[in-house]
Amino acid sequence: MFKHIMVPVDLAHIEVLEPSLEVVADTAKHYDASITYVGVTSTAPNSVARTPDEYQQKLEAFAQKRHSVHGQPVTAKVYSSTDPIANVDDILVKSIDELGIDLVIMATHLPRHLDAVMPSHGGKVATHTDASVFLVRPTES
Amino acid sequence: MDSNSQRPEEKSSEGIPSPDGPANLIDTDYVIGQDNLTASPMGFNIDLHGKVFTISSLVIVLFVVLTLALQDQVAPIYDTVFNYLTTNLAWFFIFAANIFVLLCLFLIVSPFGKIRIGGAHAKPDFTYAGWFSMLFAAGMGIGLMFFGVNEPLAHFGTSFDGSNWAPLGGATGEFEGDAAGSAALGMAATIFHWGLHPWAIYAVVALSLALFAFNKGLPLSMRSVFYPILGERVWGWPGHIIDILAVFATLFGLATSLGLGATQAAAGLTYLFDAPEGDVTMILLIIGITIIAIASILAGVDKGVQLLSKINIAMAAGLLFFVIAVGPTLLIVTGFFENLMSYVVHLPALSNPFGREDANFSQGWTAFYWAWWISWSPYVGMFIARVSRGRTVREFLVAVLLVPSIVSVLWMTTFGGTAIDQYLSQGIEAVRDAGVDLQLFIMLEQLPLSNITSFLAIVLVIVFFVTSSDSGSLVIDSITAGGKVDAPKPQRVFWAIIEGTIAIALLLGGGLTALQTMSVSTGFPFTIILLVACYAIIKGLMSEPRPA
Repeated sequence: MFKHIMVPVDLAHIEVLEPSLEVVADTAKHYDASITYVGVTSTAPNSVARTPDEYQQKLEAFAQKRHSVHGQPVTAKVYSSTDPIANVDDILVKSIDELGIDLVIMATHLPRHLDAVMPSHGGKVATHTDASVFLVRPTES
Repeated sequence: MDSNSQRPEEKSSEGIPSPDGPANLIDTDYVIGQDNLTASPMGFNIDLHGKVFTISSLVIVLFVVLTLALQDQVAPIYDTVFNYLTTNLAWFFIFAANIFVLLCLFLIVSPFGKIRIGGAHAKPDFTYAGWFSMLFAAGMGIGLMFFGVNEPLAHFGTSFDGSNWAPLGGATGEFEGDAAGSAALGMAATIFHWGLHPWAIYAVVALSLALFAFNKGLPLSMRSVFYPILGERVWGWPGHIIDILAVFATLFGLATSLGLGATQAAAGLTYLFDAPEGDVTMILLIIGITIIAIASILAGVDKGVQLLSKINIAMAAGLLFFVIAVGPTLLIVTGFFENLMSYVVHLPALSNPFGREDANFSQGWTAFYWAWWISWSPYVGMFIARVSRGRTVREFLVAVLLVPSIVSVLWMTTFGGTAIDQYLSQGIEAVRDAGVDLQLFIMLEQLPLSNITSFLAIVLVIVFFVTSSDSGSLVIDSITAGGKVDAPKPQRVFWAIIEGTIAIALLLGGGLTALQTMSVSTGFPFTIILLVACYAIIKGLMSEPRPA
């Protein structure tokens, strides 16, 4: 049913991703799908990498690590932006079409009042794409 | 790993400007954000540099409270500091600004001009139109609205009257009663204050920041420029102090300008549309500007700041060409070249730091302006740096130095030239006698469709403030987040609100001008920082791999 899964990854907050990564591994194995880990980084140096190139290398290393866990084919793709915090949703929506993604699995936070003004990235991506979107909430622990 | 798991040929994705070519990152163990505090109080994520954020916030609160509570006592102190600087150190400001211009001109023609910001293969993030609109709107948009008419008339008037406030020989009565000579000198002096020198100030800050962030891999923060001198100590207190000073200058520069700008816009609204005079109109203006600025920063640099800047520049161009078309067209067209020539002729004397006969002008105008531009330079420079990745040094300097200077000449010629013509040929004295906030509207009143153009001018003033407020909030947020440009969004909103709040508090409690004087005084320490930046630029460019 799903051939190509996109997993948005923020290497600066990898701990938040943990529950979703499990879902990704299980789903990819179940559908025998390939996975693209997508990162959106700033063109200016940030806490993860000092250049977009370095970010790409780190994301590839991350993808390989995940491949060794689930064994499904992986690729890594990085987009850089002057203002990644503001542009991340648009970039993800665009990349879904570009990469031919049919399922997006991404971590998200619990609903909060602030979402009315600043919606979650997951919620916004789901609103603007034709692909299926699986939002994984943080676990109780 | 199976054969499908990784395809090396796909490593270089289209989305990133990768590879960026040979790079020469500075070897440091410092990790951006390592000194930051992170938390999520009430669902708000925060990610701040503990010391820079805390101290700059406390200093800001202290200054606002002091200014509000002890206005009569602190205002003279601020004035004394500022007057001391512009009177006794005018030579230093004028001398330093000349160095900035000479460095920029040298870099344009030198082989360093080929070096690309962000690495040899970096691609620009914005189109020329978007890029230029942003740097122009952030750089001086708002000032042009008020001083475009005021300043040429002022210098013309003092020269014509033989006042000792006139520039150069005008101060000794050389141009008394000489309308043509006074007009030429007035235009040259105005262009001097709005041409190469201010833009060179911005260019030095922007280029040094861009170079050390995008080519050397240091955080996009003022302290990074000091790395060639301070080395690793830049991550400690010396760096904190530089960044705190940058926050101080930026926030107070923006907040006081916002307050004073609202006063001026309100005066325009009252004059044109009989809007009720008083605090309510001004506060509503500040709140409106802040709300639009918040929407803009939430939308981000691309969809917020860039879009507003483009709208802004398109409207400004519309107003400019309208005045050219319905005003004294031939005079403006020929005046453009004449004023440019007059500027070139008077430039050596105007930029001479020593032995000036026109102390009032060189200290009261030029040194004031240089301190003002320099105090704005951390904000404007950092914003320009952020949006300039992918440009070569030459392209960058042509766009940041030469093109805006030419636009300033055209703007000043159009607005100032038209106003001087109205005064001289049509005998309209009101245009010269009115306050600075009304002169533009009186000039427009003499032209057709003045209701529409005056309204457009007020909208322009307001939108220029929005573009200052939103880009300024982005800059302050980045500095207080330890150079991170990807800190959580609520922090940007926080700074925009603080800026509006300070503007309102000072508007109601008084002290706007006093605090603005204080913030312009930061121009002095920043002049020293900028001289260091000049050294850093040369050092940084020399260590860059030379393009073929």
